[in-house]
Amino acid sequence: MSLDSKTVAHIAMLARIKVPEAELPALAKELSGIMTWIEQLNEVDTTGVEPMAGVLHRNLPQREDKVTDGGYADRILLNAPDAAHGFFTVPKVVE
Amino acid sequence: MSEEKNLIEGRTGKWEIILGLEVHAQVISEAKLFSGASTTFGADPNSQVSLVDAAFPGMLPVINKRCVEQAVRTGLGLKAEINLKSVFDRKNYFYADLPAGYQISQYTQPIVGKGTITLDMPDGSKRHVGITRLHLEQDAGKSLHDQHPTKSYIDLNRSGIALMEIVSEPDMRSAEEAAAYLKKLRSILRYLGTCDGNMEEGSMRCDVNVSVRKLGDPLGTRCEIKNVNSIRYVQQAIEYEARRQVEIIEDGGTIRQETRLYDPGKGETRSMRSKEHAHDYRYFPDPDLLPLVLDPNWVSEIKATLPELPDEKRARFVSQYGLSDYDAGVLVGEKETAEYYEAVAKGRDAKLAANWVSSELFGQLNKAGKWITDSPVSAEALGGLIDLIADNTISGRIAKDVFAAMFETGKPAKQIVEEKGLRQVTDTGAIDAAIDDIMAKNADKVAEYRGGKDKLLGFFVGQVMKATGGKANPALLNERLKAKLAG
Repeated sequence: MSLDSKTVAHIAMLARIKVPEAELPALAKELSGIMTWIEQLNEVDTTGVEPMAGVLHRNLPQREDKVTDGGYADRILLNAPDAAHGFFTVPKVVE
Repeated sequence: MSEEKNLIEGRTGKWEIILGLEVHAQVISEAKLFSGASTTFGADPNSQVSLVDAAFPGMLPVINKRCVEQAVRTGLGLKAEINLKSVFDRKNYFYADLPAGYQISQYTQPIVGKGTITLDMPDGSKRHVGITRLHLEQDAGKSLHDQHPTKSYIDLNRSGIALMEIVSEPDMRSAEEAAAYLKKLRSILRYLGTCDGNMEEGSMRCDVNVSVRKLGDPLGTRCEIKNVNSIRYVQQAIEYEARRQVEIIEDGGTIRQETRLYDPGKGETRSMRSKEHAHDYRYFPDPDLLPLVLDPNWVSEIKATLPELPDEKRARFVSQYGLSDYDAGVLVGEKETAEYYEAVAKGRDAKLAANWVSSELFGQLNKAGKWITDSPVSAEALGGLIDLIADNTISGRIAKDVFAAMFETGKPAKQIVEEKGLRQVTDTGAIDAAIDDIMAKNADKVAEYRGGKDKLLGFFVGQVMKATGGKANPALLNERLKAKLAG
């Protein structure tokens, strides 16, 4: 699969990674190379094989509905770059 | 096919409104969908957040069994297919209140498939609205934008709470039908005990998909109005948005598929420009979670514990108590109301009980702004009042005054009747004496009555009633009065 600069710019925007215009062609070439490498998987014949969401053949472990966690706002906020009155704070994101 | 009254009259003809609703219903559970933090509403900011909810590196989600059970229960209540295998996916987007950068949701394989809701329209007709699917997903945190001039405040207490997203087919054709859908869905969720349906606290939120078309045309381009938080606003948003779209098309424009916001203050919808790029969610199966496989026996066990739902209860009220379909519908809207009614009706005249609950009680509750569970008059107390009517202690008319006093003071009917001396006069002698007195004072009218002016009977009934302070037994009074007037 070959990715063009426009697609790479879109992917970068979705990932919130700032990429200067000049670097787009080089990145497109690199990413295309990675995609081509991954596409080797298409050589495997998967006819009649149900798509898998995981490789473990066991059921999803489940938990009882009990409160066993929380109650430590101070620890939650410890790594926050900015906090006030028990809230995380971020630059205003209102519409 | 729309009814004529639901069509919008444009300059170029009539337009049909096509509506589909996505409802986010917060699951009733103690702990969150994938963590052990509490779901209680209104706690101090970030006090109910685990490291999973705050998306600390390396933390793994473990699903809450009760949340799965609640989704299955809701699916069964919506008469929907339960998918014994479902898959959790990551829905990727950036927002300040989504710390992981993705929401765990279900995309191609939801836990519940197609179902149906039957709407009861105010005119007594029924409509069927298809349910496309129901899936489980995490809620995001909450952003407060009005606390600081340049910052938004983020509280992650809501982050990770289980939501059921319930998606309808585009089967509704008017704002009124959308409102009826929301009411019915809320009623079913409350009966099931899977969501409290409280739109003010945000435990039930609604996105509305609106498009318009000329009758018989293919579906038009839709706009999605996000997060409308009351049934009234849903109706207003639909009315506004449909007219907006008709005007654009009639002016030669085209509708752009976009996300819009309803502003209740201005009564209009407006575009959310920042969401334009947000639709590329890049869903993929969450590698932290295996597929959810349900044991069919477990699903059957849940099915066996389903309560009687509004539609069935309504049908039973009609057959068991002889109520009209409409009256039964009024009583079954809320589970608590239906229970109250049945407690009052037990061993009593069921239609009389229905009248008292849906007119007097509901009237007083509305006036006082109270919910049935806070009623100062218990079902037992209202039953006591009805018993006093049934055994002729008081008349139905006096009973209304007694009820008002009960509602105000919380005293039992019997006590109020005794204290105020409202016991009905059933003593023939006393009634006869009152009649004789009135007839003596109105000899002219007696003569007119006897001369053929039957209408005067009402005058005499009124006068004697007044003389007895309204306490005369009406049937007895009528009987004695007619006999005496006849001479």
